[in-house]
Amino acid sequence: MSAYLDHAATTPVLPEAVAAMTDQLLRVGNASSLHASGRDARRVVEEARETIAAAVGCRPGEVVFTSGGTEADNLAVKGLWWARHDEDPRRRRILVSAIEHHAVLDAAHWLAEHEGAEVVLLEVDGEGRLDLAAFETALADDVALVSVMWANNEVGTLQPVEEVVALAHAHGVPVHTDAVQAVGQVPVDVGATGVDALTLTGHKLGGPCGVGALVVRRELPLTALQHGGGQERDVRSGTLDVPAIAAFATAVELAVGRREKYAARVGALRDDLVRRVVEVVPSAVVNGSTEHRLPGNAHLSFPGCEGDSLLMLLDAQGVECSTGSACSAGVPQASHVLLAMGCGDDHARSSLRFSLGHSSTPADVDAVVAAIGAAYERARRAGVVAGLSA
Amino acid sequence: MRVVAAMSGGVDSAVAAARAKAAGHDVTGVHLALSRNPQSYRSGARGCCTIEDSNDARRAADVIGIPFYVWDLSDRFHADVVEDFLDEYAAGRTPNPCLRCNEKIKFAAVLDRALALGFDAVVTGHYARLVDGALHRAVDPGKDQSYVLGVLDAAQLASTVLPLGDTRKVDVRQEAAERGLATVADKPDSHDICFISDGDTGGWLGEKLAERELAHAGAIVDRDGTELGRHDGSYRFTVGQRKGLRIGTPAPDGRPRYVLDIEPVSGTVTVGPREALDVTRLDAVRPRWCGPQRTEPFEAGVQLRAHGAEHRAVVTPGDGWRVDLLEPASGIAPGQAVVAYDGDRVVGSATITATS
Repeated sequence: MSAYLDHAATTPVLPEAVAAMTDQLLRVGNASSLHASGRDARRVVEEARETIAAAVGCRPGEVVFTSGGTEADNLAVKGLWWARHDEDPRRRRILVSAIEHHAVLDAAHWLAEHEGAEVVLLEVDGEGRLDLAAFETALADDVALVSVMWANNEVGTLQPVEEVVALAHAHGVPVHTDAVQAVGQVPVDVGATGVDALTLTGHKLGGPCGVGALVVRRELPLTALQHGGGQERDVRSGTLDVPAIAAFATAVELAVGRREKYAARVGALRDDLVRRVVEVVPSAVVNGSTEHRLPGNAHLSFPGCEGDSLLMLLDAQGVECSTGSACSAGVPQASHVLLAMGCGDDHARSSLRFSLGHSSTPADVDAVVAAIGAAYERARRAGVVAGLSA
Repeated sequence: MRVVAAMSGGVDSAVAAARAKAAGHDVTGVHLALSRNPQSYRSGARGCCTIEDSNDARRAADVIGIPFYVWDLSDRFHADVVEDFLDEYAAGRTPNPCLRCNEKIKFAAVLDRALALGFDAVVTGHYARLVDGALHRAVDPGKDQSYVLGVLDAAQLASTVLPLGDTRKVDVRQEAAERGLATVADKPDSHDICFISDGDTGGWLGEKLAERELAHAGAIVDRDGTELGRHDGSYRFTVGQRKGLRIGTPAPDGRPRYVLDIEPVSGTVTVGPREALDVTRLDAVRPRWCGPQRTEPFEAGVQLRAHGAEHRAVVTPGDGWRVDLLEPASGIAPGQAVVAYDGDRVVGSATITATS
């Protein structure tokens, strides 16, 4: 039996979400059709919209369903840039944190390459938290948008979203936040923080893959990326995936409803994991923030080892985790997040992410602790062969 | 044994991994990422360095039922193979990067890492046989790759598994299809240099050496030193080359001319008649012994280029090798390896530095 510690990559679908999905899969009806079956499908979609809106503190009309987090991030970054740049061509700059997911970073860089945007990478401190002073300096009227994630997917650091919004709004600049790692983990309230656009996705909180949403204020101009039937407020076309949307909403409601108990339980498991791993490997270093952190995230560097070696050795023992590195061609690269936090290349390559979730148990932590010592020793030997610095 | 199967994404390494699994070994598939920028090395289905190849290797591992990982050896490969390849051309020699890769990457960096991680050996899809720890030619003479493995020492060979040496290539393809390895069964063989994406070695060398100011433009002269023409880079020439010399004036006797010598720093390329290419003596450095080191002169069959013919010779070992050919051989390029055979068994190898 394997110990699954990669919930930040994807987490098991909740049984209630499976039930909601399979229930809808057995029905027919296009949510845009005008007959009874169509109206039934539409009703499921609109109830899902209301459920999600209630869970994240926005109005139902602000929820735009997408195919997931990547599409929602692209829609936010490109859609806002085009709309704001069209309104005023002097708005060319995009302010994004240096530790964003590639769905935001690469979308912004694409705009720079093809549309004349200018990308400003906002610095973070050693814990991966946005440097607010530097951010404030970078703000001006020529900023088209700001995108700062709610919680980082690799090191789990929470960002000061409220402060970001306050500073940006002082310049009349809208703020997008990628909250795919945060919803169901920490309190996320669109209305209370005042963010203008927020990304969430199904498969990070117990829903299925392939469905997500961009919450976006109605009065905010947004250019469509995907054209066709105009199903979602004319900014996102495509026949709505009713079963997936039903399951997504079910999962959001449950994850947000159970969040407090969940965070206490999983946070305690995570603390236990970190404490015991460091007991076995005293040279291990925890990356990220202690105070501002996702409850399920443990991110450690093992000096002198390559994370890839550790991952393989742990995998062979049934312990599944992640190096948290971008791996487009299967070519592991040092994490841009850790590099932005000021880590050296070897330190960045020596890291592992253990991410816990709703199905995690003390036995999972025991499995990590039981396997990490031998894996570390072997990976350390391989690191010496490869000439890694300890 | 616990073994690492190096999987390029091609048919040979996939079948080698499958055979290792069938033989009862605990196999882990590993694809070596050798390019810093995967798009910049070979594209298409022929090579070993693309995203598609990595995906093909992963799919083959799925079918075989073994775990699969990508190991990033790009920095080592660049430093030890690509830069060395350029340095050798800049020095007027004609290197074989596959030997270099085997010596420095596959059976060094990869093997060392595997052993440190608790594996016992590395499995590859090379066509060669290991008989009681000694390296032998493959049974398929058209595919035999013992020449490019002639740089491995006994310790490296002791941790190497070569499952394909007893099989003919056509049967390996058949076996791949039977094992359900459809994605790799029909892939064309790779022949060219994996890090030169379009196969245009001259163009690639020209670009890279020009960046380093090592292209060495110079004169083309005959054996008397008379200038016959100019060229824009000595890397374009290999000893024994006849085509592409672009000399305006024909030879006085009207016979074709061949590259006889390349002087790297001045860029001077000497050309002459075919018989001037004949050599009977080679000097070679960096001897590598695939089995016990020899100290006395010995007679052997020597192969002087990949897929080249075998020549009878007497090898006199010292710091390097002196190789006296019993019959003259033609067009021997410095930088290539001389690999010595005792029957089918590989005795060792050395890198040719001079001929006469």
